[in-house]
Amino acid sequence: MSHILDFEKPIVNLKDKIAELKKITKDSEIDLTDEIAVMEERLADLENDIYGNLKPWERVQMARHPERPTSLDYIAEIFDDFIEFHGDRYYGDDEAIVAGIAYYKDNPVTIVGHQRGKNTKENLQRNFGMPHPEGYRKALRHMKLAEKFRRPIICFIDTKGADPGKESEERGQSEAIARNLLEMAGLTVPIICIVIGEGGSGGALALGVGDRIYMLENSTYSVISPEGAAALLWKDAGQAKRAAETMQITAYDLKKLDVIDGIIPEPKGGAHRDIKQQAIYIDEVLQKALEEMKEFSNEELLEKRWEKYKAIGAYTEKGN
Amino acid sequence: MLKFGKKRKYATIPGADSKADVPAGLMMKCDACHKIYYRKEMEKNLYVCPNCGHHHRLDAWGRIESLFDMDTFEEWDASMAPTNPLDFPDYEKKLEKDREKTGLNEGVVTGRGFIDRQAAAIAVMDARFRMGSMGSVIGEKIARAVERSRENNLPFIIFTASGGARMQEGVLSLMQMSKTSVAINRFSKAGGLMISVMTNPTTGGVSASFASLGDYNFAEPGALIGFAGRRIIEQTTREKLPDDFQTAEFLLKHGQLDKVVHRHDMKQLLATLLQMHQKGGMQK
Repeated sequence: MSHILDFEKPIVNLKDKIAELKKITKDSEIDLTDEIAVMEERLADLENDIYGNLKPWERVQMARHPERPTSLDYIAEIFDDFIEFHGDRYYGDDEAIVAGIAYYKDNPVTIVGHQRGKNTKENLQRNFGMPHPEGYRKALRHMKLAEKFRRPIICFIDTKGADPGKESEERGQSEAIARNLLEMAGLTVPIICIVIGEGGSGGALALGVGDRIYMLENSTYSVISPEGAAALLWKDAGQAKRAAETMQITAYDLKKLDVIDGIIPEPKGGAHRDIKQQAIYIDEVLQKALEEMKEFSNEELLEKRWEKYKAIGAYTEKGN
Repeated sequence: MLKFGKKRKYATIPGADSKADVPAGLMMKCDACHKIYYRKEMEKNLYVCPNCGHHHRLDAWGRIESLFDMDTFEEWDASMAPTNPLDFPDYEKKLEKDREKTGLNEGVVTGRGFIDRQAAAIAVMDARFRMGSMGSVIGEKIARAVERSRENNLPFIIFTASGGARMQEGVLSLMQMSKTSVAINRFSKAGGLMISVMTNPTTGGVSASFASLGDYNFAEPGALIGFAGRRIIEQTTREKLPDDFQTAEFLLKHGQLDKVVHRHDMKQLLATLLQMHQKGGMQK
């Protein structure tokens, strides 16, 4: 465990103590087996207590954990024979988005996902997972191919947001995102979106219009980052923790607001603790969702997609 | 006097002063050239400065009046109003304040009417209401207007003016981008004509959804249009941005707009376009 979050420190301290006692028992005549058992019980309680009751800001930190699995990690675990394709055929290849086809349980599927790096070098290469217009256009190209060849589409969402840069504006960042929303709305193949880390604003949504939207337990999905919200609302980016609570950005919040279809559990301590187990959890949900949608005609699929989005929002019709 | 007649190239976001300026007072000062005019004169000129041509903010009803044939406009969903889904502190108070200020329930007016005797549906955003930020009501009213356009075979025109997302409605605000996009997709597949006109400012989530989804995308001169805010871009990239960055003219130069249209030419252009899409064309 190389990267420890603040709220995990009590767990780590206790683990260190247990390790110490074990060492003493092994290296000397003193038998501490009973004490170790007690402490291990305490550790289990502590872990349940901490990981079982994560606050919104703690989940934000989990979602941003440098070791958190990325799209490519899940692709390798869940799918077979993934072939990645590059470039949008207009401008360039944006490595902040990966796109390709693979087998899922012997059936071809199209996969697109945001792609972060896990260290500085990778992050520079991937622009910290913040796509440029060409990234969204690459994704769209492959989603259109998915429709043509009748493959379901699986989207992994994991971005702080779309790239905020001069050139992205010049090349039409707004148009690229808007275009994806519009086109995804009308694709006649099932689209399943899974938020695996941070779902940041329009940059996340541009891979996020689908028939089923799921979130990993410790992922977030929001209109703006907690830091951004704090700066706008209270002129103080330091109040991000408060903003994380006020803005309601956790998987549980989004389920409550009826924006997502389900929450995918994470192994104790987060996805990065056991990626194989995490992949199994995702796989179960994916399989069920695809099974449910297998029988839908094109018309049914689009009608249900419209019904789904039509229902999102809060308003009254008894105004002045 | 040197400033007079010199066209300002960069986008202006009206400050708190100019906001206070607009509804009250007999006189009005141009935001760009600072020349003073009678409000009546400005109003008659659709709030375009007679001296320098600067386009000031036009509220939703002023816009509708400037486009639709007299007494033909019929409003939709006028009573729809926002709630406070996240229990956001002070949100209701802010809404109430803007309701009083503008006489609107939300920052968009939708409906149908006739533009030069041709039927059209429209959604006009009003930046005076919470900076035109997109909450659930904006999304719902626009989605309904698009659906009704589809059902009634009407062309759909939208005038956008928005600072982006409505913070106080969190992710529900974000999801209005998808909701409206799904509606527009249905409309477009049915052969509907959509014209988008971006006015000052059109940024963030609105620029990254319906504002950019017209079959034709226009903008008013000098309008600020963009996805990310200038300050964010400067902070992130530490790059000096050109003065005209994210103006309508900048977007036009970069191939992101079909046309920049002066407010005085708007009705005529829309009327001509509506006509061109009614007659002729290929059989479906």
